Amino acid sequence: MSEATAGYVLLEDGSRFDGILCGATEGGVGEVVFNTAMTGYQEAVTDPSYAGQIITFTYTMIGNYGVSAGAMESGAAHARGVIMRDARNNSDAASAEGGWLDWLEANGVWAITGVNTRALVRHIRDKGAMRGGIFPASLSTGDAMARIEAEPTMAGSDFASQVSPEAPIEHDGSGPHVVALDTGIKASIVNQFLERDCRVTLLPCLTPAEEVMAREPDLLFLANGPGDPAAVSAVTETVRELIGTRPMVGICLGHQLLSRAVGLETFKLPFGHRGSNHPVKDLETGVIEITSQNHGFAVVGPDGKGTIENDEPVRWQTGHGEAVLSHINLYDRTVEGLRLPDAKAMTVQHHPEAGPGPRDARHLFDRFLDLAKEG
Amino acid sequence: MPKREDIKRIMVVGSGPVVIGQAAEFDYSGVQACKVLLEEGYEVVLVNSNPATIMTDPEFATRTYVEPLLPGPVAAIIEKERPDALLPTLGGQTALNLAMDLSADGTLEKFGVELIGANRDAIIRGEDREVFRQVMTEAGIRIPWSITVESVEQALKELDEGDASLPAIIRPAFTMGGQGGGIAETRDELIEVVSKGIAASPIGQVLVEESVIGWGEFELEVMRDRNDNVVIICSIENVDPMGVHTGDSITVAPAQSLTDPVYQSLRDIAIAVIREVGVETGGSNVQFAVNPADGEIVVIEMNPRVSRSSALASKATGFPIAKMAAKLAVGYALEEIPNDITRATPASFEPTIDYVVTKIPRFAFEKFPGADEKLSTYMQSVGEVMSIGRTFRESFAKALASRELDSRPEVPESDNGLLNAIATPTPGRIDLVLAAFERGLTVEQVHEQAKIDPWFLRELELLATDGDGTGGLERIYNSVDTCAAEFEAATPYYYSSHEPEGSPSEIRRGEKESVVILGAGPNRIGQGIEFDYCCVHAAMTARECGRDAVMVNCNPETVSTDYDTSDRLYFEPLTLEHVLAVCEKEQPEGVIVMFGGQTPLKLAEGLKEAGINLLGTPVEAIDAAEDRGKFGALIDRLGIKPPPYGTALSAAEAEEIAAGIGYPLLVRPSFVLGGRAMEICYSTGDLKAYLDRHVKASPEHPLLLDRFLENAIEVDVDALCDGEEVFVAGIMQHVEEAGVHSGDSACVLPPMSIGQEMIDEIKQATTAIALELGVIGLINIQYALAGGELYVIEANPRASRTVPFVSKAIGIPLAKVATRIMLGQKLADQDLPEFTGDHVSVKEAVLPFSRFQGADSVLGPEMKSTGEVIGIGPDFPTAFGKAQAAAGVSLPESGAVFISVTDTDKAAATQLAAQLHDLGFEILATTGTAQAISRMGTPVRAINKIAEGSPHVVDMIEEQHCDLVINTPTGSGARADGYEIRSAAIRHGIPSVTTLTGASAAVRAMAARANGSGEVKSLQELHAR
Repeated sequence: MSEATAGYVLLEDGSRFDGILCGATEGGVGEVVFNTAMTGYQEAVTDPSYAGQIITFTYTMIGNYGVSAGAMESGAAHARGVIMRDARNNSDAASAEGGWLDWLEANGVWAITGVNTRALVRHIRDKGAMRGGIFPASLSTGDAMARIEAEPTMAGSDFASQVSPEAPIEHDGSGPHVVALDTGIKASIVNQFLERDCRVTLLPCLTPAEEVMAREPDLLFLANGPGDPAAVSAVTETVRELIGTRPMVGICLGHQLLSRAVGLETFKLPFGHRGSNHPVKDLETGVIEITSQNHGFAVVGPDGKGTIENDEPVRWQTGHGEAVLSHINLYDRTVEGLRLPDAKAMTVQHHPEAGPGPRDARHLFDRFLDLAKEG
Repeated sequence: MPKREDIKRIMVVGSGPVVIGQAAEFDYSGVQACKVLLEEGYEVVLVNSNPATIMTDPEFATRTYVEPLLPGPVAAIIEKERPDALLPTLGGQTALNLAMDLSADGTLEKFGVELIGANRDAIIRGEDREVFRQVMTEAGIRIPWSITVESVEQALKELDEGDASLPAIIRPAFTMGGQGGGIAETRDELIEVVSKGIAASPIGQVLVEESVIGWGEFELEVMRDRNDNVVIICSIENVDPMGVHTGDSITVAPAQSLTDPVYQSLRDIAIAVIREVGVETGGSNVQFAVNPADGEIVVIEMNPRVSRSSALASKATGFPIAKMAAKLAVGYALEEIPNDITRATPASFEPTIDYVVTKIPRFAFEKFPGADEKLSTYMQSVGEVMSIGRTFRESFAKALASRELDSRPEVPESDNGLLNAIATPTPGRIDLVLAAFERGLTVEQVHEQAKIDPWFLRELELLATDGDGTGGLERIYNSVDTCAAEFEAATPYYYSSHEPEGSPSEIRRGEKESVVILGAGPNRIGQGIEFDYCCVHAAMTARECGRDAVMVNCNPETVSTDYDTSDRLYFEPLTLEHVLAVCEKEQPEGVIVMFGGQTPLKLAEGLKEAGINLLGTPVEAIDAAEDRGKFGALIDRLGIKPPPYGTALSAAEAEEIAAGIGYPLLVRPSFVLGGRAMEICYSTGDLKAYLDRHVKASPEHPLLLDRFLENAIEVDVDALCDGEEVFVAGIMQHVEEAGVHSGDSACVLPPMSIGQEMIDEIKQATTAIALELGVIGLINIQYALAGGELYVIEANPRASRTVPFVSKAIGIPLAKVATRIMLGQKLADQDLPEFTGDHVSVKEAVLPFSRFQGADSVLGPEMKSTGEVIGIGPDFPTAFGKAQAAAGVSLPESGAVFISVTDTDKAAATQLAAQLHDLGFEILATTGTAQAISRMGTPVRAINKIAEGSPHVVDMIEEQHCDLVINTPTGSGARADGYEIRSAAIRHGIPSVTTLTGASAAVRAMAARANGSGEVKSLQELHAR
């Protein structure tokens, strides 16, 4: 860990929050978001869905138990930066293979600590997630602002194709063959399928439909991933071609892409859902699950509004039959999941695989595979 | 699912007197429950024997019964009130055990009362260790190996057969706070701890369990609703690893050292546990041990009810667990209840926090000389502080400051000595750890000894060497919002924190004038829940009087730190620095320092100097009452006598003054709480020994010497004064002998054996003193009556410990009236009725001796009780009997009574013996007393004094051939014999009475019970006007 250097966070509306640089100290810009989970910092930073973003951790003590290979959600760090209140570089924990700040530095993740993260979060909550950056105090706010303004906004940004693998990745298994369009899949999702003996193939997300079908999938999987679902129209097009051919499930970005493929709209949430404590009601069972969340966009309801009034399985008419609301977020009543019976498809907005976060919804992978069996 | 319409009337059971392991937190949870149930339109029948609680205020229930929490009296209330349901999960172990008794004896079935919150089977699955073990094993949840035993022989057999191994933990079944349990590392210790545990368990059963000492200890607070939705409210990590009772451990929230996968495993297991145990609705607490080496998890125990930890979790997160538990118990689902704090989101979520919470327990070993200070698996702390800070260091430093310690542990000079001391968990260990780091010892060295997780040690090292990390930052106030600022908070619950300059504060301060009420800080002996009761009343009254009530306190167990109690709650240390910072933000009309005991009073001078307006009695009056010279001159002007006294500034002067006053003498340092270091000296030798042992009298620390009036009747008076007029609210006559601290003495209101003339004299004296001091609010005066003369012992112009008792006895909320006076109203405006009720109220103290191994169990001028109970009846014997029963003293219905009294008491004792004989008791007495009794024609069996050799009186008690001890000691010699007798009686749970008035009261209570006067009346009926 290098010598303490003064730095600051600047947002595109001019708000400034001072702190001390740590991790990779050159600084840079991205969309500034916040995550309210109290554990799982390394999992978050290595989740490809955070590509292009700077994560503000609302919990104040970050780095307590170090880092380990087991906590990697992908092969690399994807978040551009992290903003913290009181970062730690400890590696005493038995499971720790290194210190958090050393790891951030080694992985080129910009980091700043000592920031009044609560004030920053309240600002984003009130004004919405926005572009911003982590900068050394030696850089003038004018220069910093110029760098922020040069960054494209998250709405309209395609990060998915950047985090997608260049070549197919195959995992052996004796069970159903899950073929995924990999827009930045988390290791925990793959692991959930593997734990259920699936054979898993991850394809570059721009793989054409016929090549996908040539893999003979039992289940088509649309992965999580970063960015604006509206900006990855090529993938949406592929999904549109594939839907109905084989059972299909999607998580997070995959849920949004499938929705868009059947004609539903998506919109940008004011500050997104990122954390481990959102209650989601499964309208098929009435059970409320505490879920892991990481998304900035959501699917528009059947009446054109962003929220659903009652805990009822409202329906959309699509080109592939009805889409039925299967899950609802009880925090802000946004769409959390769909089922398309005619297309043998189902999706969820949250992260049933956990990693990090609660495992309440992991049983959905069984539901996914039941769908595959029906197919 | 909406709320249940099939039940109308719900009985809520409180937790009784404050004892170690069960304190004010159950007043907090009970008050929340009562408020919710009333709001929902249910009728609430409340039962609790503790008068110092807010829940027993008549406005918190439809019917309030201050009766013993025993099956008999509660069954009588059930028969009278016919509740549809009983909610047993909010009154601690006491309520749960009582519900089990009422279920087992058929009362609930007979009167058609449904247990809500947790049913009988769930309680058994959670509480009976053997059943719990089976349920967990069947569910595949790893718990430490354990064997239930009911005898020492059985425990040794299991050890010899290899089914058990050492070290092992011993936990008695159905006890609270781990009472009677312990750790056995050797065969001899196993024998000792198992036999103690069997004695402590109401069902004579203990669990011998695998020791996971040194593992990390964690707790999760869990809630479940009718729809089987389960949420985790809070995770708590113990700084002290396994081996120290969680109530005695320093704990932090959220868990700091757990990775996400391990935390999620704890979460999954906690959810499985609450489901397997079958707690239908409400909160539970699941405790885990986690092996730091490999993350292996075992479940230690679960409480199928709201607990001390859930009170802490509620304060730590802002999620009101008890309130939610009450709503869930009447049928609501979590998703149907709005989150109290955000109002916009439902309660079916998991709070997330963006700060660190620290809890540090507060101990009272200094009150129990001889007690072993080693902390173990049974709880010994008497209170706790909580603090909130944005970082661990800030939070921890605030908690350390909140402790208000009188002294710090001595730090051994050598490094080895220090490290050795750190190896043993003690109340002062944390200070030693910090001292070690200040001295440059390493995390590795300290970890080797203490086994505290290195994460904590690195933080503590930073704290010791680099401070709390707030340097160069600005103090601001954040709100506690359950959601880390993801949603806007509607509830004004604040903590201070340090952030870079220019950071915003979140205080929402309207235009109204505010009144800042300073709380009492951590519960301790001498300053307990009574003061929190007064503070809560002050807050309620300030609001009624059109002000914003602002509370400052750091005690998580209390009603005062419920964010519902005041308009703004600042969860802060009660130090001048923190209080002034709050005042700077609040710009209050004034600050009330009169209700929180010594804690806020100590700040009065500093606040005044800073220009803060103190409401009520001026600081000068407090000084005039506490300064012997000034007070002596004042009462002299009024023609009122004190016992002869003097103030010594040196040891030599003390002896000189003592000779002038004459012995026996009451000796104490000035400005003390709860009679700390107060003793009676019968001779120059006693005085010299006291001076050697205690305070070195000096000009800075004057020593007070008073003539101790033997055989005097002590009287406590609580009065209100508005500067013009005085209302003498309650005159209480002590039942115990003079010389027992008023806090430890039983007392009766109205007085039983004081003539009207003397009562008038007491009223006149009280009025004169209050007016002369210039009291604006409450005053408590202690008098002694000796030889027909009235002596003033001391005056305290502030809320006293007896305020809640008097308020309940006479039906006038004194602290509320006092607050109105402080805010400018006159007594004349309030039209207070003279007490004319024909009922008698008795307060009895509850003592913690059984918790402190090796401690001397005798009462004296230093207060030792942790709590109190009230007994109300149509006459003194009935009220006294109820108070004894409520305090856990079971006066026998048959058997043998041992009597040994001083010569002056012999005549009266023979009368008692005759009465006891008529009631069917066998009379045992030492030679002298036996002769006197025999001469009056009462059959008596003479037994030996200790000095006369075995079999003597203590042998009789040890062998449990005796069911009641009446022993009146006077003077030091006689007292010594009494010590042995009393200690033996306490060890074996045999009631012992040390005064003739007490004995007479007990005998009359026993007779009254034999005649069966068992009527129960609610406070609402007693005080109906």
